[in-house]
Amino acid sequence: MRTIPAARITEAVARLCIRANTVLPPDVAAALEACRASEPWPLAGNTLDLLRDNLNRAGERNLPICQDTGMACVFVELGQEVHIEGNFEQAVHEGVRRGYGEGYLRKSMVADPLRRVNTGDNTPAAITLRLVPGDKCAVTVAPKGFGSENMSRLAMLKPADGVEGVKRFVVETVRLAGPNPCPPVVLGVGLGGSFDKVAALAKHALLRPLDRPNPDPFYAQLEGELLEEINALGIGPQGFGGRTTCLGLAIEAAPTHVAGLPAAVNVSCHVTRRAAEVL
Amino acid sequence: MRYRLTTPVTREDLAPLRAGDTVLLSGTVYTARDAAHKRMMELLDAGKELPFPVKGSALYYVGPTPERSGEVIGSAGPTTSGRMDAYSPRLLDLGQAVMIGKGARNRAVKDAVVRNGAVYLAALGGAGALMAACVRELEVICWEDLGCEAVRRLEVADMPLTVILDAHGGNLYESGPAAYLASLN
Repeated sequence: MRTIPAARITEAVARLCIRANTVLPPDVAAALEACRASEPWPLAGNTLDLLRDNLNRAGERNLPICQDTGMACVFVELGQEVHIEGNFEQAVHEGVRRGYGEGYLRKSMVADPLRRVNTGDNTPAAITLRLVPGDKCAVTVAPKGFGSENMSRLAMLKPADGVEGVKRFVVETVRLAGPNPCPPVVLGVGLGGSFDKVAALAKHALLRPLDRPNPDPFYAQLEGELLEEINALGIGPQGFGGRTTCLGLAIEAAPTHVAGLPAAVNVSCHVTRRAAEVL
Repeated sequence: MRYRLTTPVTREDLAPLRAGDTVLLSGTVYTARDAAHKRMMELLDAGKELPFPVKGSALYYVGPTPERSGEVIGSAGPTTSGRMDAYSPRLLDLGQAVMIGKGARNRAVKDAVVRNGAVYLAALGGAGALMAACVRELEVICWEDLGCEAVRRLEVADMPLTVILDAHGGNLYESGPAAYLASLN
């Protein structure tokens, strides 16, 4: 049994909130560059150049890349041989409170969906905890902006809808979103599981680096085909028109019921943020 | 085409603008998001004055990150404008001339733009650090309790914007993708 003081989790979460909001993950930055190189439409090319300028300026001035510094989605893979000394959940919330305060990040959380009073410190975090073998604690902070989150969709498709039905649903989601989610977008697609599980799968898919296809060749091919279809829609960067509508897409699939084909698309933007540390 | 405009603007200033044109906007711009719009409607319902001169004004849908000491503003890109659709036509009919945000608007807003000779301009979504660079001054003018949603007066210089909805019914979110797709054939 290894002991990790809760204070170490707080420190890690605080650091990761600030880093994730200021520096884009290398795979997302590389995808933007690759799309810029292959973008044939001049206005779209100029727009992608400006997005690159924004990344540079955020880095130079220590500014958040985007003003929507998001809901703090915190994913923890906790080794089952670890004992956390102190209150785990409180430690994560305290890390968010500290990171969003010290990092001059925007406080975007309201305490209640209908009464809508801002909590003032961006807490609570949205915590996803998974127990894994080992004695480590892996913490990932993935701040999620709501311009794109609001364009996400979930459907309980029929088994007969199959691959074509899934493709139709994913492509339609991007078409309906149009310019709203700040394209070029990044998509997390969940397939299978149950009503609640499929949304969690889609969210989790956004953590996978864009240069890493699904390890199952069947799903890797589907990811490639979907990316091609979406980039034929013509929406383009910011919805002004062009080829670059989607930077990358990850599918996560899980066993499901004989009667169902749940599908979820979690829409993210060109500022898809995540930062991780292993304690 | 590229135009330079300084607020407040007149209907005549905006008449030449077409969807897809670039605007470098200077002068005073007020910030307001959902919560501030809701309060503005409550003021109007009560027969009271808005917290800024509405005639010829520009409203930027933004909730910036807090500014560090020595900085004018934090990160300041646009939020999704569609959430303001319920409120915008009333403000446009009162003389608001420029809306700045990102994303699609509904039919009522499009009609109000044409009816009033106004424009809807897009700032670069997700490019908050870049948009902040053109802000020279910031002052919270009301509803400080709304935090990032409080109404701010910004003085901006050469804010780079793209015309989405023009006074003649043009809409870049339709014409832009259509032009790109047509170029492939």
